[in-house]
Amino acid sequence: MDMQVPKKKLGLKERYTLMTRDLAWDTSYQPKEKVYPYADYEGIKIHDWDKWEDPFRLTMDAYWKYQAEKERKLYAIIDAYSQSNGHLGVTDARYLNAIKIFLTAVTPLEYMAHRGFAHAGRAFPGPGARVACMMQAIDEMRHAQTQIHSLSNYNKYYNGFHDAPHMYDRVWYLSVPKSFFDDAITAGPFEFIVSVGFSFEYVLTNLLFVPFVSGAAYNGDMGTMTFGFSAQSDEARHMTLGLECIKFILEQDPANLPIVQRWIDKWTWRGVRLLSIVAMMMDYMLPKRVMSWKEAWEIYFEENGGALFKDLARYGIRMPDCCEQIRQEKDHLSHQVWAAFYNYSAATDFHTWMPDEDEMKWLSQKYPDTFDQHYRPRFEFWREQQQKGNRFYNKTLPMLCQTCQIPMLFTEPGDPTKICYRERDYKGSKYHFCSDHCQHIFDNEPEKYVQAWLPVHQIYQGNCFPEGSDPTAPGFDPLAAVLEHYRLNAGRDNGDFEGSEDQRNFEAWRGMAKRND
Amino acid sequence: MSKVFIALQTNDDTRPIIESILADNPHALPVESPAMVKIDAEGRLTVKRESISERIGREFDLQELHTHLISLSGHIDESDDEFTLHWND
Ligand SMILES: [Fe+2]
Ligand SMILES: [Fe+2]
Repeated sequence: MDMQVPKKKLGLKERYTLMTRDLAWDTSYQPKEKVYPYADYEGIKIHDWDKWEDPFRLTMDAYWKYQAEKERKLYAIIDAYSQSNGHLGVTDARYLNAIKIFLTAVTPLEYMAHRGFAHAGRAFPGPGARVACMMQAIDEMRHAQTQIHSLSNYNKYYNGFHDAPHMYDRVWYLSVPKSFFDDAITAGPFEFIVSVGFSFEYVLTNLLFVPFVSGAAYNGDMGTMTFGFSAQSDEARHMTLGLECIKFILEQDPANLPIVQRWIDKWTWRGVRLLSIVAMMMDYMLPKRVMSWKEAWEIYFEENGGALFKDLARYGIRMPDCCEQIRQEKDHLSHQVWAAFYNYSAATDFHTWMPDEDEMKWLSQKYPDTFDQHYRPRFEFWREQQQKGNRFYNKTLPMLCQTCQIPMLFTEPGDPTKICYRERDYKGSKYHFCSDHCQHIFDNEPEKYVQAWLPVHQIYQGNCFPEGSDPTAPGFDPLAAVLEHYRLNAGRDNGDFEGSEDQRNFEAWRGMAKRND
Repeated sequence: MSKVFIALQTNDDTRPIIESILADNPHALPVESPAMVKIDAEGRLTVKRESISERIGREFDLQELHTHLISLSGHIDESDDEFTLHWND
């Protein structure tokens, strides 16, 4: 007689093996080198792709299930938030300027990350890596979409949210994030995954998505809190992929170590420079603050990143050389970057302002060694000038770093009174850098970085005016022409927050929300 | 020994998860921030399926963690019953 034997449920590890590796096959019509043409040229040697372990062991069916659940939650919250006029519950309309930066500087990067991981997933010969990259490519698309959906609610009411993709390709400060990702996705698949999967995701994105998003929640922005944490729930998987990838590459062949170390050095510095804008968002743009940039830095970079590098030491990986400069800069970064944006506020898609007295007190307390000495006097002077109707706008375009494309605003290591400049001659032209580290990155790959599209150079060359402009015509206003090219509404989207339309509207609408007139 | 951490959203679904983690890892320390909790632990931290199932009164699948996770650090070892974070140093 037949006995019905209950089928044993497969364990997680077996399910993962069956649903990923066992679904892969070797090509026979075409040689491997032709199917994976980008697998070798970076010099990384892989002997056995089967050694790749995805510790999360997430299979596609489980992936769809959990992602769908995250989406349902997210959209329910977004709907409730917009239906109840949630935007009037944020602490202060100043806060929304941080979110404008998010939409123009971060969301397009999510889309670029989607493209990069789709490419890396196609380029890696190993099935474990391919599946993990494919999931991340889909996640990144989801991040771009959920951010656009969540933030479109603000576009109904506030200025500056109207054309993020157009601005991303043109606006001067947005060339910083754009060039960062363009640099990463034009590298080979291994460098891409070390740059984004490891240096950026593992070492740095916690700073943006954890304390900043917690700050969004603290400031009543349910939209950002929801997409932020929803994105970050995928990030845990991405960071794991980054770490796994580094370990895998290093374990495969000792010759990989110097290549990987150079990438880690490069991308840690590139990432740190990119995050300088987040430093300013945390210290200056959140009306209610969870922690200072410096405190977040100590938790997520020094403590957490430090643990990571200690762990990788057994492979011969050392902390990047730039870490000493990074340690010194944490006391200065947010103030220097905010000062620069305050200067150039006539050419941004968001407003800036000088902190009020309470906020200055908070800054002094959080930065006891630097704020009162180096930044408060300048900020008080600017505030006074603004109150006298003499708001300072810098009309001279700044020199940019050839590598990170940030204006020369950082100071010399060890001397916060002196701007740091480095210079290099290459094939008859001069190139400028914000730091030794940006210069070293250039020195390693000059042919890549000489091609940089530097906004200031482009403006001076006449490439950033609307089509048909005649810069020689009498009365031609170059700044106005550049802003038009950016699709920025001068006088509405930019300038000081004090007296802005956003400020007036927010006050009026919040008043209406509490009265029946 | 370096610290590992796991950060979770604070909501009704995560309350029993956080409780279980703290009960199973006496050396772990919760740090609360708006909308989230970060649990730090020296060296190693283990999330146990059974402890969570007991608290919520139904079978819990450890992969449900994905819905509430904000971030983590350390190497991961995941099986049907346990989810462990650790450093190798
Ligand atoms: Fe993302
Ligand atoms: Fe630079």
